[in-house]
Amino acid sequence: MGICTLANSAGMTDIPAAAPQIVSELTERIGLNDFTIQPTRDGITTIWIPKQNLRAVLRYLKSQTVSPYALLFDLTAIDERMRTHRQALPDSAFTVVYHLLSFDRNEDIRLKVALDETGLSLPTVSDIWPSANWYEREVWDMFGIVFEGHPHLRRIIMPPTWKGHPLRKDHYARATEMEPFTLPDELQEIEQDALRFVPEDWGMRRQSDQSDFMFLNLGPNHPSVHGAFRIALQLDGEEIIDALPDIGYHHRGAEKMGERQSWHTYIPYTDRVDYLGGSMNNLPYVLAVEQLAGIEVPERAKVIRVMICELYRLASHLLFYGTFAQDVGQMSPIFYMFIDREKVFDILESISGARMHSSFFRIGGVAMDLPRGWDKRIREFVDYLPARLDHYDKMVMNNSTLKRRTQGIGAYTTAEAIDWSATGANLRATGFEWDYRKERPYSGYENYEFEIPTGTHGDCYDRCAVRVEEMRQSLRIIKQCLDNMPEGPYKAFHPLTTPPPKARTLHDIETLIQHFLNVSWGPVIPAGESCVTIEATKGLNAYYLTSDGGTLSYRTRIRTPSFPHLQMIPMMCRGMMVADLIAILASIDFVMADVDR
Amino acid sequence: MNTGLGEATDIIGILVSVIFVSAMLIWVERRLLAVWQDRLGPNRVGPLGLMQVVADMIKMFFKEDWIPPFADKLVFVLAPTIVFITMLTGFAVIPFAPGLGIIDFNFGLLYFLALSSLSVYSIVLAGYASNNKYSLLGGLRAAAQTVSYEVFMGISIMGVVMLSGTFNLREIVEAQRDVWFIIPQFFGFIIFLIAIIAESRRAPLDLPEAEQELVGGFHTEYSGMKFGMFFVGEYLGITLSSAIIVTLFFGGWLGPWLPPLAWFCLKTAIGIMFFILLRGGLPRPRYDQLMAFGWKVLLPAGLLNLLVTGAMVLSLQG
Repeated sequence: MGICTLANSAGMTDIPAAAPQIVSELTERIGLNDFTIQPTRDGITTIWIPKQNLRAVLRYLKSQTVSPYALLFDLTAIDERMRTHRQALPDSAFTVVYHLLSFDRNEDIRLKVALDETGLSLPTVSDIWPSANWYEREVWDMFGIVFEGHPHLRRIIMPPTWKGHPLRKDHYARATEMEPFTLPDELQEIEQDALRFVPEDWGMRRQSDQSDFMFLNLGPNHPSVHGAFRIALQLDGEEIIDALPDIGYHHRGAEKMGERQSWHTYIPYTDRVDYLGGSMNNLPYVLAVEQLAGIEVPERAKVIRVMICELYRLASHLLFYGTFAQDVGQMSPIFYMFIDREKVFDILESISGARMHSSFFRIGGVAMDLPRGWDKRIREFVDYLPARLDHYDKMVMNNSTLKRRTQGIGAYTTAEAIDWSATGANLRATGFEWDYRKERPYSGYENYEFEIPTGTHGDCYDRCAVRVEEMRQSLRIIKQCLDNMPEGPYKAFHPLTTPPPKARTLHDIETLIQHFLNVSWGPVIPAGESCVTIEATKGLNAYYLTSDGGTLSYRTRIRTPSFPHLQMIPMMCRGMMVADLIAILASIDFVMADVDR
Repeated sequence: MNTGLGEATDIIGILVSVIFVSAMLIWVERRLLAVWQDRLGPNRVGPLGLMQVVADMIKMFFKEDWIPPFADKLVFVLAPTIVFITMLTGFAVIPFAPGLGIIDFNFGLLYFLALSSLSVYSIVLAGYASNNKYSLLGGLRAAAQTVSYEVFMGISIMGVVMLSGTFNLREIVEAQRDVWFIIPQFFGFIIFLIAIIAESRRAPLDLPEAEQELVGGFHTEYSGMKFGMFFVGEYLGITLSSAIIVTLFFGGWLGPWLPPLAWFCLKTAIGIMFFILLRGGLPRPRYDQLMAFGWKVLLPAGLLNLLVTGAMVLSLQG
């Protein structure tokens, strides 16, 4: 067990609760007495509160305190029944976690509620944050925790006919743990029937005083839903009365897989979460693991990571731009943008060997050093793209038909956006200047000069305009990476770096054993919790990892930006036309893998 | 010049070449769009990919002849033939060159307007008979769009009729010996162009089809040769539209050096390419925006154009 001692002797200490001030405020103002403060690796204030105080605390934090925690960043749960390293935490079978973010304070707070197996229920908070609606449904779906008072507590990711709650530890993870799957005709009938949309189930009326409504099933196969996604529309003529997004068709159990892959072998799975973001998905994951392991990443690796991330941001935004134009009926731009995107992929291919899913980042650094002459292609590209972007401005953004189709369509205010947990460009389009890279720099973003583009109206046009400008800023960042690429190692010299540095393996047996075990079993990451967020292509993407001190993650929570964004669709499209809905969908910039995980 | 039928060989020749040209447009459109979009387009079947049309035809003919069980079968089958037939018969009045044409009669222009209105039945019936909500929306859009834009189309060409003093297309061409009508009737031409794009339901005014919104609109449920009829019908429509634009505004067969038929074909080809370029270039307006634009901009503009032309004609005569 030399490996474990070695890993633990890295001497990681949890950061003790940093902001007891908000805790004493809670005690004073709403009489919160019975709480536990949990030290965590990521330094986010984490308080265990009793169930009966939950709503009062959340309401206080959201609207009554000075500098409130306005954004419900994440709402998830952990099955604690198999967890061994719980130190002094309160007894709990299932823990529900509320992660709030305060823009004014620029800090987060994490509230945990312990539940025992006999009382798996909590009051809903969907009336405090509208975005809690889907999160609570997800927690019910995955863990079977009931939220009392929730308007429609039913499955959201899994099929309605599913038995069991997949993220519970006693639920199987592999098909091989089950009998072979068969689908006889009767079962198929049942499954199909369960997918039928019944307006009454969702409190929708079939007619008004003036007219009978038409219910249109848009998707899960439709040219404009960007994947397998379904929206049931309630229509009066072509006007949308209400809409009901139905997700889960792209669910692959990425979070469950996190519990059976070693820390290292999970990296390629993250690439496929926001599949347009490629290695940018690796970043919050490896950052979180590094935080748990206490690895300090060398400068060169940081700059390489930033450069790769920004290249992927460009690739993703170019695809967004093209499909946005295409969805309002402009046929050609996407072809031009695909050509540019190809060039980005050519660069990424020459660096990592892969195009869309390069899985280039590693725990402690990157997979390999940059190839010889790496900067030539990038330099050419950085010089080439600005002129193309100017050309696209003329073609797309200044086109008057496109403006008429997208300006004032699907607009929301900053307050609404925050209520619905919108992040990234969709939040900035409302005029709110908040970029994670600036506010809480990670991976050395504080060293780069770039601006945060914002919109003003929060409509489809502004959402696109913000992303277009972000591309120019990404180019600026890439240029700075080119000019200031530091020399040095591309991987940290740390026992938990995976694959570990090999230089000394042939000199002493301990390093050889350590290398062998880290490669075959995978690294043992010290017990603890850590959540790292980044400004991903589509908004804030976070990995909330819980390690129980083993070679596997105990719980991998992936907070994706697209999930809450899709929840805003009904709010955005009521009273609009079907054609507007298509423009709205295009402007959100989502991929279903990022929603369903 | 009164009503007169052309030679039988001419008639057959014209119909065959019109259908041939329309079929070849499948290849032309795909290649041209590809060139404009920095792609290659179909280039594998035969030299320059020219045999792509044959490949497409074979594919369509050999596809399962599928009629959805929920469709209104008779109407479902009949609908695609209407567009094909109306567009084809529309060519009857086109004056290709002096002495070359199918029929020559005094109300050629009205005949064209009538047939182009009839073709909308095809779309509306297809949308209705498919019994599919997307098709229905497409059919509804087609009905509203085509019926409205017919009005502006009719009004916009009355200027031409005033200037030439006839509905006979041959005489309209002859009347352009001195100056093509695009010059005195520039506004009429613009209105007519927009109206005829809307009428032929081509992108960017392809709202009844609107792939991104209505999947395939009126032809969502169609496949095989029935879809092929819509497909070729659309290309016939483009050819007919270009031919009529050339006849009304660009002097038909008139032109120096080259034989008249060559001039006519050249001008029509340029018109067709313009239609394809439009498709590649512009985004699609929203349904209510298109209608508002028609009634609030095109209609008053058309009437104003008519008024000014009338005043000009009167003052010149007086």
